[in-house]
Amino acid sequence: MNSIITSVPINSYILLCTTLFCIGVMGVLLRRNVIIIFMSVELMLNSVNLLFTAFSAYSSNPAGQIFVFFVMVVAAAEIAIGLAIVVMIHRNTKTVDVNEWSKLKG
Amino acid sequence: MNISAIVAVSILVPFAGFLLNFLFGSKIPKSLVSIIGCGSILIALAMNIMLFVSALDGPATITYFNWIHAGSFSVDFSFLIDRLSVLMLLIITGVGFLIHLYSVGYMHDDDAYFRYFAYLNLFVFFMQMLVMGSNYLIAFIGWEGVGLCSYLLIGFWYKNTNYNNAAKKAFIMNRIGDLGFLIGIFWIFNQFGSINYKEVFAGAQGFIINNNYNDTVIIFITVLLFIGAIGKSAQIPLYTWLPDAMAGPTPVSALIHAATMVTAGIYVIVRSHVLYSLAPFTQDIIAIVGITTAFFAATIGLAQNDIKKVLAYSTVSQLGYMFVALGVGAYGSGMFHLMTHAFFKALLFLCAGSVIHAMGGEQDMRVMGGLRKKLPITFITMLTGTLAISGIPPFAGFFSKDEILAKAYEHNPILWVVGLITAVITAVYMFRMLFLTFYGNFRGDAHQESHLHESPSTMTIPLMVLAVLSLVGGFLGIPEVFGGKHILNDYFAPIFSDIATVPHTGTVLSHSMEFILMAVSVGLVLVAIYFASRMFIKKTAEGMDEEPKGFAKLLANKYYVDEIYDTLIVKPADWFSGFIYRFLELDFIDGMVNGIGRATNYSGKTIRKLQTGHIGFYLFAMTICIVILILINNFFIS
Repeated sequence: MNSIITSVPINSYILLCTTLFCIGVMGVLLRRNVIIIFMSVELMLNSVNLLFTAFSAYSSNPAGQIFVFFVMVVAAAEIAIGLAIVVMIHRNTKTVDVNEWSKLKG
Repeated sequence: MNISAIVAVSILVPFAGFLLNFLFGSKIPKSLVSIIGCGSILIALAMNIMLFVSALDGPATITYFNWIHAGSFSVDFSFLIDRLSVLMLLIITGVGFLIHLYSVGYMHDDDAYFRYFAYLNLFVFFMQMLVMGSNYLIAFIGWEGVGLCSYLLIGFWYKNTNYNNAAKKAFIMNRIGDLGFLIGIFWIFNQFGSINYKEVFAGAQGFIINNNYNDTVIIFITVLLFIGAIGKSAQIPLYTWLPDAMAGPTPVSALIHAATMVTAGIYVIVRSHVLYSLAPFTQDIIAIVGITTAFFAATIGLAQNDIKKVLAYSTVSQLGYMFVALGVGAYGSGMFHLMTHAFFKALLFLCAGSVIHAMGGEQDMRVMGGLRKKLPITFITMLTGTLAISGIPPFAGFFSKDEILAKAYEHNPILWVVGLITAVITAVYMFRMLFLTFYGNFRGDAHQESHLHESPSTMTIPLMVLAVLSLVGGFLGIPEVFGGKHILNDYFAPIFSDIATVPHTGTVLSHSMEFILMAVSVGLVLVAIYFASRMFIKKTAEGMDEEPKGFAKLLANKYYVDEIYDTLIVKPADWFSGFIYRFLELDFIDGMVNGIGRATNYSGKTIRKLQTGHIGFYLFAMTICIVILILINNFFIS
């Protein structure tokens, strides 16, 4: 199992994860649909998870992989609450466009 | 019962009476309030009589617990029962009980009846504490406590602004004296390493043995304690509160502002007589202040029209006599006059109260007159009191006042001359009061005349008892001239034995000389009474309301002392406070506080514009900030 992971050079993992993370960031910043924004956040989280796993395998240290589980749990909880909020807002505003949600201003 | 239990009961029962009446007085009937109020004092009186008997055998110090202990400073919560303190206790609770009883009749229509008795009991509690304390600190608690009760009772009818101002005046004037007293206590501790009477006076004995008189430190201590006494006992320059204190109910004037509290200053000085004997310089100051006050207040008394104001100034004047006695080292005579004065001045005030009661609250003597027939008991008792204060033998005032005058003559004949003139003036204004009130024709309106009545028996019985005391009280100190036995001097001998070795200044009067002095003073007083009767006995309503002129106007306005104090002290203080208020308070402190508020408000108003409500903007700002943080973290910190 380890050998399969380590058969790919570490640089490739770093490159891939950085790319995925940047795509996620751009998604969060540029898209207006709140569902897409959530998906981009998930993409960022999972790119980091992947990097965790890769480093863990390379350094033969299981701590990184255990940490991934925690991230997944927290992400699941976060998405559950987030989506619930989105659903409630959608019921009131009939839209999922974040730019329409600008009532909470100072 | 052992002595410590007796003391505890004596002091705690009035306090319990205060608590009961103060907390539950509004819910229980008036009769129960009076039973609690008078009963608690009666119990205390019974206890004090037992203490008196035990104190005849010798002094006792009763320690309950160690109250304050810090380094070398240690104060016990303890009481000293000796011949001096039990005599004071008997006066306080004896006269106090009679006045409580009198108040039952006098205050029966008052809505705040229970509050009155609660305060009165609290006063007795504190006064006993002041007298019984075995160190200066316990005495100081009582000292402050009686000041508080005085304040509460002067302002008893608190809906009247003038009364409240009088109460405040009394409190503030007393505070000035209290400060002196407190610093005196600090200095005593610094000098003697203790504030227990026993240790302080033992330390002072060292000065006597070394013949070290007029030591600077002792002079300062005694003068500071005397400043406290000036405030409490209403001497020049702090006497103006006492006439104003007449705003309180009349029995309060009798108990607090004539018989007991105002004598606290005398008591403290007699208690500290060892220290005062060491400082003849301070004694001279006391004698001068005392005689000046006696004379000054007596002249003011000549021109007052308010029956209580006359008595108030006569109290100030008589307290001056007591200070003269202390100043010439005749502590026993001072205590003697304190006791007789408590009897006859309480009597006079209660009689005045009875008159005021009959007149429906009217205190102006100009509308009285001819009350002799309507108020026979009050008249007889008031005549007794007036004869006593004027110093007519065989009434109590004669013995005590002439003893003081004789002692003053031994010290310095000038004191005697001024004291004699004061005695003559006293006779004039007291008989002026008596004649204006009880002789001539009634000068009030018809409604008041129909209302005239003798007071109920709860009021007249105390009058009669006090009249008897004013008559026989003097027999405790019959001078040797009359071949009598000076019981009080023998009684006090153990107390004053510790200053027996202090050299006595002045000459000892021969018996014939003493007799001549007495004859002169009695003769002059009789002449004064004769003139007073010629002037005032047939006084009609005509000319009463005339504006006094010349010197009489000066007297009627009390030498404008209040106005002078107002101009010299109150107004500048007022002006300075106003100045501080305008510049320091309004501009600086308020400016600072408001400035902080305004700055917060302004910055909030400005910064809130960042909250655009656009989620995209928030996310963008967050990302940028995180990037900046990472950059800082990578390039600047590590």
